[in-house]
Amino acid sequence: MTLSSTATLVHGHDEQYAPVFVGERRKELEEMFTRYPTKMACLLPTLWIVQEERGWVSDAGMAEVAELLELTPAYVKGVVTFYTMYHQHPVGKYFIQVCTTSPCGVCGAEDVVKALLEKTGCGELGVTSKDGKYTVIEVECLGACGFATPLMINDLVVESVTPERVPEILAGLS
Amino acid sequence: MGFPHPSHERETPVLSKHFGNHEAIGLEGWRKQGGYQALQKALAMQPGEIVDIVKASGLRGRGGAGFPTGMKWSFMKPGDGKPHYLCCNADESEPGTFKDREIMRWTPHALVEGCAIGAYAIGAETAYIYIRGEFTEPLERMRTAVKEAYAAGILGPNAMGSGKRVDVHVHKGAGAYICGEETALMNSLEGRRGNPRIKPPFPAVAGLFGQPTTINNVETLVAVPHILMHGADWYKAMSLSSPKSTGSKLFSVCGNIARPGNYEVVMGFPFKDFLYDLCGGPPKGRTFKAVIPGGASVPIQTMEEAEATKMDYEGFVEQGTMLGSGGVIVIDDQQCMVKQIARLARFFAHESCAQCTQCREGTAWTTKIMERIRDGEGTAQDLDTLLSIADNMTGKTICVLSDSCAVPVVSGIKKFRGEFEALIKKTTYHPVMAAVA
Repeated sequence: MTLSSTATLVHGHDEQYAPVFVGERRKELEEMFTRYPTKMACLLPTLWIVQEERGWVSDAGMAEVAELLELTPAYVKGVVTFYTMYHQHPVGKYFIQVCTTSPCGVCGAEDVVKALLEKTGCGELGVTSKDGKYTVIEVECLGACGFATPLMINDLVVESVTPERVPEILAGLS
Repeated sequence: MGFPHPSHERETPVLSKHFGNHEAIGLEGWRKQGGYQALQKALAMQPGEIVDIVKASGLRGRGGAGFPTGMKWSFMKPGDGKPHYLCCNADESEPGTFKDREIMRWTPHALVEGCAIGAYAIGAETAYIYIRGEFTEPLERMRTAVKEAYAAGILGPNAMGSGKRVDVHVHKGAGAYICGEETALMNSLEGRRGNPRIKPPFPAVAGLFGQPTTINNVETLVAVPHILMHGADWYKAMSLSSPKSTGSKLFSVCGNIARPGNYEVVMGFPFKDFLYDLCGGPPKGRTFKAVIPGGASVPIQTMEEAEATKMDYEGFVEQGTMLGSGGVIVIDDQQCMVKQIARLARFFAHESCAQCTQCREGTAWTTKIMERIRDGEGTAQDLDTLLSIADNMTGKTICVLSDSCAVPVVSGIKKFRGEFEALIKKTTYHPVMAAVA
């Protein structure tokens, strides 16, 4: 099966699916194969590349990865759904994760969540704002407990966030 | 040192000496600090000699279990014709713990060096550093350090001109607390769901890709170059608790405390002085109520227990808890213990991989009951139900995530029962009145 035929098998968002692993990304994959004794070990890293390129991991993206790594799309989906960081649907331009686990919880993380939901216009956790700019979710322990409350905005960690700092942080994004 | 605060005079900064020092991040700067001398020395030794020195130093695993590192390394049998692997567990996800994050942010080459020495000592050709996906900055610093080390010939087919091959690769996780469990980490690295495996076989027999594997925590591996340079006796001598607990240990301190941060003290340091002197005591106008000293998975201590604790593997056990990962979560008098324990239960319910029934069901039901008590809708039977569920969750599953969820519930009900009962009976809990009664 060729990549283009894989893509046409998948319906929904991705009928125009263009493969991710071409050119430089393909070279990157070939280099990655040399680091592991199995192709399957490249699964997490290749899914990361799909997400970096497309912003999320679609069924067509999973199918492309499956073919390259000689796995089935169902297997790949099983792995994707295990991990919390792969987006299985598109998210806002700024994906904001707020740590609310106990160490941050005792330092007022709940108030930071409230301020973010209000100021971004998201209103609810996991819902993307109408302008498509923000998605806010709660996350379990970001591993920055001494800097409560940390946010992760896409790949950037912002430490020691208080409700008062939220407007300034959001203004700095646009 | 108490990063982000200046080092306290009673700290012993060995591993954390360069936290906050931008000059130590890159290869050139790291070499100026004496970097890679230990690897050079190691590559001129026999692997068995390195294992013996680490054994003699008394170094124990810093990830939580405290297993003797040298003994773990000696389980590997180089030369049996199989590929061997070293995994570095940098999936630091235990709530309250953020020491490995700072090690990788500020001294990435220290970890590359520790991995290279470890790999050589156990006869592994390849080391993988598995870093949690949320650690974007540590990931970038580690990747850069590995790249620099390859370009300088420190890693690769002829490591530091020794003629020996040492490969180190960075692998990014994708969000799953359970991947910090050693066999789940191996499954994840292999491209699978991060379900822990049944043991035996232990990793030294059949680990990563089914081959003999050793897995060590970041902090354990970065201690090794210091031990090689200064000797096992130096490492033992700095501890107040030698020979059972040796060397220095990083403690991450967070929650309701004046100066949260990473502090490095020698094993056996008094916990009372640590909390009040080094970390500055409680926030202004408050008092401490409880401490969870080793990450979210260890029993909660009352202040009476905490203040009597010696900070080493045995000392924490003597006071009803464990050293764990060294993630100290401090809770003050403004907090409701029931709410905090309910939040911890929710964490474990979210992170259960769900392959064992006791854990999948137990974490979910514990959370449900804890949250209804928190919301004032608990019943008189709830505490017994919680303890019964906890009993069924302990020692009955493939890994210890299930036990970890039961731990704060059981210790919380035992030590702060009054707060639970007050919420159930809808009365106000007065700690002073309770103490008199």
